Amino acid sequence: MDGLSALFIFMLAAFTGYEVIARVPVILHTPLMSGSNFIHGVVLIGGMIVLGQAPSDDPASLALGFIAVLLGAANAAGGYVVTERMLAMFKSNKGAGEGGR
Amino acid sequence: MSTFIHFIYFLVAIAFILGLKAMSSPATARRGVQWAGYAMVAAVLVTFYLPGMHNYGLMITAIVIGAAIAWYLGKTVKMTDMPQMVAIYNGMGGGAAAAIAAVEFLRQDAVHHASVGLLAALGAIIGAVAFSGSCVAFAKLQGLLKKTYQVPQQNNVVFFLALFTFGIGLTIGFSSHPGGFELTIFFLLALALGALLTLPIGGADMPVVISLLNAFTGLAVGFEGYVLANPLLIVAGTVVGASGTLLTLLMAKAMNRSIRTVIFAPITGEAQETQGEVSGSLKEYSPDDAAATLRYAQKVIIVPGYGMAVAGAQHKVWEMAQLLEEAGVEVKFAIHPVAGRMPGHMNVLLAEAGVPYDKIFDLEEINAEFAQTDVALVIGANDVVNPAARTNKSSPIYGMPILNVDQAREVLVIKRGKGTGYSGIENELFYRDNCHMVYGSAQEVVARIIQRLKELEA
Repeated sequence: MDGLSALFIFMLAAFTGYEVIARVPVILHTPLMSGSNFIHGVVLIGGMIVLGQAPSDDPASLALGFIAVLLGAANAAGGYVVTERMLAMFKSNKGAGEGGR
Repeated sequence: MSTFIHFIYFLVAIAFILGLKAMSSPATARRGVQWAGYAMVAAVLVTFYLPGMHNYGLMITAIVIGAAIAWYLGKTVKMTDMPQMVAIYNGMGGGAAAAIAAVEFLRQDAVHHASVGLLAALGAIIGAVAFSGSCVAFAKLQGLLKKTYQVPQQNNVVFFLALFTFGIGLTIGFSSHPGGFELTIFFLLALALGALLTLPIGGADMPVVISLLNAFTGLAVGFEGYVLANPLLIVAGTVVGASGTLLTLLMAKAMNRSIRTVIFAPITGEAQETQGEVSGSLKEYSPDDAAATLRYAQKVIIVPGYGMAVAGAQHKVWEMAQLLEEAGVEVKFAIHPVAGRMPGHMNVLLAEAGVPYDKIFDLEEINAEFAQTDVALVIGANDVVNPAARTNKSSPIYGMPILNVDQAREVLVIKRGKGTGYSGIENELFYRDNCHMVYGSAQEVVARIIQRLKELEA
């Protein structure tokens, strides 16, 4: 990828990230932090790519790639479960304060 | 095939953004995380079919082990321990980003562009800092690490260490065959930097730090995405980096502290010496006294804090509030933005107990009401109700907005013991004439109040 288009992607993604949560109610701060924690679990894909493309005769790359996938998988799975559990608690009284604070 | 996979990645990126958007409203939040969850699974599945992939056995083993352990811990951990779980999973993401950078450094054919080397090095440092910093944050929240530590000349040491580490990172990023020794030193220094940054930070600043480290990991993932030429990682990582930064700023603003002061001038108990003597004495109430005071009040505002979380007393507190309402008392909940260990921590716990949203109020919404309130009931909160933040210029928390509970006609404070708050600052509120202390675990005290309230009705 050429550097300049990447720079544009960075810029647009940064504005998106900013806009998406600009008006989040305080009540959802913790679940949202946890949710964005889950989303950067996508690093798992990066881990899979480096491990999958590491030469089979290079133990250092294999070990580091393995660690990357292991940690990435934990980030994604753990992040999902924790977020889901937090948000599940909002279900029972959904509608009580629609839009919330 | 490759085009198809990248098209799926494109859809996944959209699902992540929409999911995050949905998560910022209570009505759609649950759907949001589920969309993102399906998207993540889809992304993992198609990644197996990328051209030039092998080592499938290792890949699947790592995914199964990592996901199974994290899933199990995430399912079983207590609700009150959620903040440290977020911290540790965040650290793992940072560690993964750093490990990806390490593999890229080792690749013989790597470094096509200067920008690739630069971003790989930056991502590696930021990822490693997020990893060790999150581990320290986890240890602190879990109570494994009870004190704050600081090296002499902390800020200068941090500055030069960061500069030095970055320098080594650059030489590694730009050389085509970095040695194993060089790499080891580089990662050790970056890890030390993360620990050094987090160790001195204590108490009230912890939520801000977790949020900041979350944003760091996002950035590191975005940078490694560039190194791997994978737009999905760039978009998801950068979105998290930006939204995490905004969330961090919102939190820091709520505490009237800048990110710079959180990191470079941590709140510790040491500023105590300069503080004035607190006058007055601690006056104790039994839970029975407290029950009567609450029962015969017109209006009660409950201020929950970390003490309620530790005791797991949220269900009891809501039961008590309902009893009071049945008796004709107006009950509201006031939540300070940084009460507990994470912003919104108290909201989550009260939601768990079934407290409706319309009884829960933010600091700005409710602060004017304390003056017309009969009883402010503080449950295991301390620093967020300390009037020193308003008046005492030498106090380390001076300037932080607080809940003005001292303006209520009477203040009741449920507290485990006579110690200071998490940040180690003495609270003059407890010595005020209109303040009474009820000692004991929140769970037991509130249970006793409930029992007494029932007796009063009978």
